[in-house]
Amino acid sequence: MFGDIFNAQFVASSIRVAVPLALAGLGGVFSERSGVINIGLEGMILTGAFTAVAVTNFTQNPWAGVLGAILVGILLGLIHAVTCITFKANQIVSGVAINLFASGITVFFSWLLFGETQIMVKRNLPIWGMPLPNIGEGSTFVRNIIVMFAHHSPLVYLTIITFILAHLILFKTPFGLRLRSVGEYPQAADTMGVNIIKMRYMAVMTSGALAGLAGSFLSLEQAHFFVKEMSGGRGFIALAAMIFGKWTPLGTAGAALLFGVGEALAMRLQGVLAIPVQFIHMVPYLLAIFVLVSAIGRAIPPAADGIPYEKEIG
Amino acid sequence: MKSIKKFDYYTLLEKITPLIAVVLALLVGAIVIILIGENPIDVYKLLFSHAIGNRDGWGNVLFRATPLIFTGLTVAFAFRCGLFNIGGEGQMYIGSFLATWVGFTFTNLPAFILIPLCILSAAAGGALWAAVPGILKAKTGVHEVIVTIMMNWIAASLTFFLVLKFKAPPTEEMIAAGVKQMIPHTSEIAEAARLPRLYTIFKFLNIDFPAYNQVNMSFLIAVGVAIFAYYILWKTNLGYEIRAVGYSPLAAEYGGISVAKNIVLAMVISGAFAGLVGTNEVMGYKYRWRPEIFTGLGFNGIAVALLGKNHPLGVVLAAILFGILNYGGAIVNIFTAGRIPRELIMILQAVIVIFVVISDEVVKRLIRQRRKIL
Repeated sequence: MFGDIFNAQFVASSIRVAVPLALAGLGGVFSERSGVINIGLEGMILTGAFTAVAVTNFTQNPWAGVLGAILVGILLGLIHAVTCITFKANQIVSGVAINLFASGITVFFSWLLFGETQIMVKRNLPIWGMPLPNIGEGSTFVRNIIVMFAHHSPLVYLTIITFILAHLILFKTPFGLRLRSVGEYPQAADTMGVNIIKMRYMAVMTSGALAGLAGSFLSLEQAHFFVKEMSGGRGFIALAAMIFGKWTPLGTAGAALLFGVGEALAMRLQGVLAIPVQFIHMVPYLLAIFVLVSAIGRAIPPAADGIPYEKEIG
Repeated sequence: MKSIKKFDYYTLLEKITPLIAVVLALLVGAIVIILIGENPIDVYKLLFSHAIGNRDGWGNVLFRATPLIFTGLTVAFAFRCGLFNIGGEGQMYIGSFLATWVGFTFTNLPAFILIPLCILSAAAGGALWAAVPGILKAKTGVHEVIVTIMMNWIAASLTFFLVLKFKAPPTEEMIAAGVKQMIPHTSEIAEAARLPRLYTIFKFLNIDFPAYNQVNMSFLIAVGVAIFAYYILWKTNLGYEIRAVGYSPLAAEYGGISVAKNIVLAMVISGAFAGLVGTNEVMGYKYRWRPEIFTGLGFNGIAVALLGKNHPLGVVLAAILFGILNYGGAIVNIFTAGRIPRELIMILQAVIVIFVVISDEVVKRLIRQRRKIL
């Protein structure tokens, strides 16, 4: 039984489940590192998922769908940024409004454009990597390696590259240092000549782009359809991953993978395991609360997270 | 010399920002309706005439407003203590599930015991679920927003597990047809646990009101709770302390008020309000627990509280406005044969929320500027 569950397929599906969580979580990292809480990730994923399917079906080109999802994510990020940064409105409220807006607008356009709330994807992205050898041909080991790591949607590789880039940008470039300083101590950053407003806008729009990309993966690659409310809390699990990963890209990726393993396990163990699957679904959320509370390895958010920046005049 | 309070244009403006936001949102809605190719005036006329043009419409509006009063008060009450309780969703799930469980378990109790017991368990369940983020905030300083979000999802999974555990046995028709429950739900609560519809009162008063209208006693409970919230906040020591913590925790602590105690209490009371949603959705409407009857009620409570400026009276009015939009939106959807999807209303609600927070900020800045000039 053990071999039936923990095989190469299992690893591959864990990775697939983890991708949208990781991408959206990375979006959270960017936004919160700059000092803006983004609980609108959920809505941005949902809108991205819808846009990806809609654009793909109209253009017959899934790449256009992915691009569309990213652009729509940026747009929602822009709305969040205008509300929270320019108007200094409450960031939680703005995030909630974006989620509400996303739930409404996706179904609204589903009805208007397609006349239904479940839309099948007409064109799929290609699978990139090495060709999969037939079972029995060649070594099983090589085949397993290919299944696990070299036979995926292009978006999976894109995600890995994005994470490496994000890590480098945040921690190895002057830009990253400025971004983090804006989230920790904006007054100091301002004195050093960093444009707080501009940095925060860029961070929040990046977070929208990443959440949109996450949504496109969800609908185009994972489900192959769009259905209303399909984000199903992934934006919030992404936030949990971000907290568990202590607001770092690599930590977030690790946490997302862990949640991916949990979810893949839950899917496989349905009915087999003594623990009901609902309890496995609780794990990411419980872990997030636990790391926030526990004294050991406590997760501490950026100091200026959630606080609008007031420039001191005179 | 007596100071005469001058009529202040800007203070008035600050008070009516929600109205401005609603009007602006309706304008945005009108643009969307024009883009679909319909006449916005006709659509709005249809929406409002059906929602508030007759008693049946009003009943439907109040029925939809009831849960939003509870969840709106949830957010507003905690906010007065400086807390952002966005866990209304989870607190509502747990509270109403507990009430349902009591309702279908203690079936041989008489109504005058079972109804209060169910109402109390609804409140207790919500209070319990809100106590966790309250205690964590008070003891470790963890932000309540994150914990309440996480608690929402834990509650969703937990209640889903419980629904499967207490799933209603298939009815004879279902066995005959060989079908299963599409969406799992619990058994029905006892007759004695059900809240009567308002129709019974209207009948007693000889007022003509349709018997099928779903507005029930829970609406009166909601109004009562709003008055209770007002009383606690502005007429008791506890409320004074809660508001003091909300204004400035440091000053409150210095003045001898326990910040930790008030944070926990404010969360518990606020959570109890959320749990009471079960009185409308379960005890007054479906008589059983189904996950989909609660969709979005908790989060809409945030919008309602915001629109109602975190004041109990404002919350009731905002909830009624949302009730009008929700019911009217459904009607418009039917009358236009789906050409105007009811989700238009969700979009409008989101736009209202964004406009409220933005116009609040704009007015605040105007006032600040004016003070500088003076």
